[in-house]
Amino acid sequence: MGDPVEVLVERLLDGNRRALSRVMTLIERDSPEGRRALALLYPRTGKTHTIGLTGSAGSGKSTLVGALAREYRLRGRTLGIVAIDPTSPFSQGALLGDRIRMQDLTADRDVFLRSMATRGSLGGLAPTTAGVVSALDAFGKDVVLVETVGAGQDEVEVAAMADTTVVVLTPGSGDDVQAMKAGIMEIADILVVNKSDLPNADLLARQLASIIDAGAHGRRRTPIVRTASARDEGIAELVEALDEHGAYIAQPEVQRAHREKQARHQVLALARQALMERVVATHADGRLEELIADVASRRIDPHTAADALIGD
Amino acid sequence: MADEKLRVLIAKPGLDGHDRGAKVVARALRDAGMEVIYTGIRQTPEMIAEAALQEDVDVVGLSILSGAHMELFPRVIAALREREIAQDDVLLFAGGIIPDADIPKLKEMGFQAIFGPGTSTEDVINFVRDWARTRPVGAG
Repeated sequence: MGDPVEVLVERLLDGNRRALSRVMTLIERDSPEGRRALALLYPRTGKTHTIGLTGSAGSGKSTLVGALAREYRLRGRTLGIVAIDPTSPFSQGALLGDRIRMQDLTADRDVFLRSMATRGSLGGLAPTTAGVVSALDAFGKDVVLVETVGAGQDEVEVAAMADTTVVVLTPGSGDDVQAMKAGIMEIADILVVNKSDLPNADLLARQLASIIDAGAHGRRRTPIVRTASARDEGIAELVEALDEHGAYIAQPEVQRAHREKQARHQVLALARQALMERVVATHADGRLEELIADVASRRIDPHTAADALIGD
Repeated sequence: MADEKLRVLIAKPGLDGHDRGAKVVARALRDAGMEVIYTGIRQTPEMIAEAALQEDVDVVGLSILSGAHMELFPRVIAALREREIAQDDVLLFAGGIIPDADIPKLKEMGFQAIFGPGTSTEDVINFVRDWARTRPVGAG
C-alpha cells in the first residue's frame, strides 16, 4: 500500500466523494496530513469559478445561495458550496444550519455542500476555507459558492480567495450607509439588492448606482442585480452577471494580476500566522506574560514590548 | 496545532411535524463545544446519509417521534453503507419515542445508545464525549 494521504488524494481525483470529504476534514484540521494533501492537490486547482458571497446577517445569503445553486444546476454546471457559520467564542461550539435552506439540493450528486465553523477566525471565513475550496476545485467542480458569515464589513479575506465577490445588500436595513463605508464597494465585483420586493428597493439601487458612478473612473463598472431569492426572481440575471464577470476575470492578463494579488495576500497571511506562533512558542517560558503585565501596569508601552518580543 | 473538533449531525427522518427535542440536543452539544450540523425536519434516509457524507461527521444522532423508526432506521444505515460509511466511522445514536422492546434490535443494527423522553442533555453530552475518548485511532 502507498502512503494513505496519497491514496486518498488519488481517490479524490478519481471522483470519489467520500475521499473528497475526508480530505476536506484533514485540511480543516490543519494537520500535517491536511497540509500534505493540499500540497498534492494545489497544482490541479485553478479551473473552478470561485464565487464569494458576503453581506450582513439577515440579508438572505443562504436563500440566495440555494436559488443560485438551482439555477446553475439547470444550466448543467456541477457545484461545490461552502457555507460558513460562526463559532461561539464562549463554548467553541457551533450550530451549522445552512443545509436547512438547501434541503432539496442534498439529493443531487453533483452538488457538494460543506458547512464550516469560523473556529476563531475573523473576516467572514474559516482559517482553512481557501484550502477546502481548493479540494472542490481539484475535484473538478465547475462553480464553487462560498457563503461567508457576513459581518458585512471589511471582508477582504473573501476577495482574497474568490474570483468573483458578490456583496448582498437589502433595502431599509441601513445597508445604503454600509455601502458608503470603505471596504464594501471596493471588494464587490457584483452588487445584489436582495429582497427587492420590499419597499425602498428602488431607492437603494439608485443610491448604489450613484456611489458607483462617483467612483468608477474608467474602471470596470460594478453591476447591480436585483433579486428576490425566496421568489426566484432575478436569479437567472445574477448567473448571467456572474458568467460575464467569470469571463472577464479569466482573460489571461486579468487573471494573472488577480491571482498574483491573491497569492501575495495568502502567503503573507500564512507567514504572519507562522511567525506569530513561533514568537509565542519562543516565549512560552513566561517572558510574554511578563511583558503583557508590564504594559498593563503602564511600566512600558506596547511598541517597546512588541519590539522586545521580536528582538529577543 | 491540529484541531480535532467533533462534528455531529442531528437529523429527523420521516414525517414528524416538530423538532423541539432535536433542537434542544443540537444546542446542548453546541454549548458543549461541538460543531453541530442541523438539517431540519422531514429528511429521507438518503438525505441524512448524504449530509453525513458531505459533512464528514463523527457522530449521527437521529430523532424520531412518529413510530416509524423500525422502518426508517435500517434504511438510514443502508444508505450510510452505500456511501462507504462503516460502523466504526461514525457513532450512531437515536432519541425520541422508541418502545423498550425495540431497543435490542436497534442496538444490533448498530445504534450505540437510545435516549428516551426525560433524558438529560448532560447524559447525551457525556455519552458522546466518552465515545470520542475511546474511539479507534485513525478511524475513517
